Amino acid sequence: MSKGRFGIHGGQFVPETLMHAVNELEEAYNKYKDDPEFNAELNKLLSEYAGRPSLLYYAEKMTKDLGGAKIYLKREDLNHTGSHKLNNVLGQVLLAKRMGKTRVIAETGAGQHGVATATAAALMGMECEIYMGKEDTDRQALNVYRMELLGAKVHAVTSGTQTLKDAVNETMREWTNRVSDTHYVLGSVMGPHPFPTIVRDFQSVISKEIKQQLLEKEGKLPDAVLACVGGGSNAIGAFYEFIPEKSVRLIGCEAAGLGVDNPKNAATMANGTLGIFHGMKSYFCQNEYGQIAPVYSISAGLDYPGVGPEHANLKDTGRAEYVPVTDNEAVAAFEYLSRTEGIIPAIESSHAVAYALKLAPQMNQNEIMVINLSGRGDKDVAAIARYRGVDIYE
Amino acid sequence: MSKTAKAFENGKAFIPFITAGDPDLKTTKELILTMAENGADLIEIGIPFSDPVAEGIVIQQADLRALASGTTTDKIFDMIAEVRQELPYFPLAIMTYMNPVFVYGCEKFMAKCEQLGIDCVIVPDIPYEEKQELAPYCDKHGVDLISLIAPTSEERIKMIAAEAQGFLYCVSSMGVTGVRKEIDTDIESMINSVREVSNIPTAIGFGISTPDQARQMAKYADGVIVGSAIVRICAQHGKYSAEPVKKYVREMKAAISEN
Repeated sequence: MSKGRFGIHGGQFVPETLMHAVNELEEAYNKYKDDPEFNAELNKLLSEYAGRPSLLYYAEKMTKDLGGAKIYLKREDLNHTGSHKLNNVLGQVLLAKRMGKTRVIAETGAGQHGVATATAAALMGMECEIYMGKEDTDRQALNVYRMELLGAKVHAVTSGTQTLKDAVNETMREWTNRVSDTHYVLGSVMGPHPFPTIVRDFQSVISKEIKQQLLEKEGKLPDAVLACVGGGSNAIGAFYEFIPEKSVRLIGCEAAGLGVDNPKNAATMANGTLGIFHGMKSYFCQNEYGQIAPVYSISAGLDYPGVGPEHANLKDTGRAEYVPVTDNEAVAAFEYLSRTEGIIPAIESSHAVAYALKLAPQMNQNEIMVINLSGRGDKDVAAIARYRGVDIYE
Repeated sequence: MSKTAKAFENGKAFIPFITAGDPDLKTTKELILTMAENGADLIEIGIPFSDPVAEGIVIQQADLRALASGTTTDKIFDMIAEVRQELPYFPLAIMTYMNPVFVYGCEKFMAKCEQLGIDCVIVPDIPYEEKQELAPYCDKHGVDLISLIAPTSEERIKMIAAEAQGFLYCVSSMGVTGVRKEIDTDIESMINSVREVSNIPTAIGFGISTPDQARQMAKYADGVIVGSAIVRICAQHGKYSAEPVKKYVREMKAAISEN
């Protein structure tokens, strides 16, 4: 029977060759997720290696400038390796080690997940290979070198559109090739069950911390939580604890590229239709014959034609809202946060900041907004400079 | 008996695969007719998909060429209708991924298959656990939904084989489709597990390209499936593939018939 459904979404749409591997992973996860020893080891890594809990920072200048909601930034950018990706990776690599695997493989878009996986593999003594679209290896060249520095082998994927979707295809293919000693560290809340659940559980540390930190600082829950959504791992991490708290607005900000009406976008929630791809039933940007669309965003991490199944269900049920943010808006927000708060956000996270710039002034001063700052923007500086016509090479 | 089983009545079955629309649908039609006349027992017609995760580079590129030439599911159905005028009863399979079927509409897709006399469909990203997404529509329209088993299936083989329809597709090797020098899976024990629960015909695919490999595989199974080796011929010869494909199909059928 089908497993891992979120409403009608999710499931396990993978070739028979991988069924043994996903079943084995599910069994291992069920065995260890409540195991005190496993959790003690993970929590130690999160606090002593990753630097958790990450700060919940009151953005006072931004709040005053926008004149509406009180704005807090959840500083996942301060996590070791510079993004939220490490939360999931430490959990999965630890799990893979318990399963007796000696090698990890992963896809990466912007390179953040690849860097996190290479980092955890170095730390835990695992062989590591990363698949990254050729186009992304060009626009995020520094991250490629970073992964190599950490001992990983990076494969530039030249099939299809040469971006994140193709990197996922190629990693899945490699996994079917070699499952016995290899774990696929999937980087987002997507793919076949149990990945959307495992990744969400490991990322939900973000919302657990936000809830506790905000109760300490303000004595109440936030009124709105904003996060960018590609596959949706930082967003689900920031939303999860608040899903039962109906007073909290959950807002996912997806990449609209040149605009939702322009073919060059990656706004799955705005433009996608129901489909079955990458192991899951969910929404995808695709044509009338179910051919997956070549999507586009300035942000390599959001340049994905689908969305995680739990988000698709949160959209169906109306529990979360999803809004499109264009390249232009994201770049403006990237610059705004840099100048206003002295924090350079990842271009992915800048999509959430961009929507906050619109929403905060419409909210009351006694309301609280939390923006999940999922990553830091150092990796994007050269690309943004080029976007602004400044010829900088990394 | 399922209609697909007819393909296994003529000794060991040779089952070639081609990507529809590579390089164009006129050539695809010509290739189907040629293969049917020259030793194929069941032909798998591949509906190209933008992101075929179970395929190696040869079929991936064929899919992209086919899509780039404007091939669509509807145009493929039209081509099959033309084939049916000349080959009303020849066993035909459609191989594709779940998304093209799902987005077309499972009901509409299978109704079309029934109308065209498609005997079975092979959808590699529908494992046993997700069969219910598609099986009810296949059953309603009398189209066999082919089940696959892989070298890692082990204890799953009996469960899958017990409910399998048409024939059981035995994946010879881990990894994706594509030509392989050697196949080192214990195929015999895979087939023995099947035989404990079912008499369904078995066919082995993935990695088979030479007459020697085909002969070897046909010792254990009732049929041999060849995809990438034929698609590679099409990539090389384009519109002029009929002659080399004919020669290849004859060689392969002769090799498996030696058992």
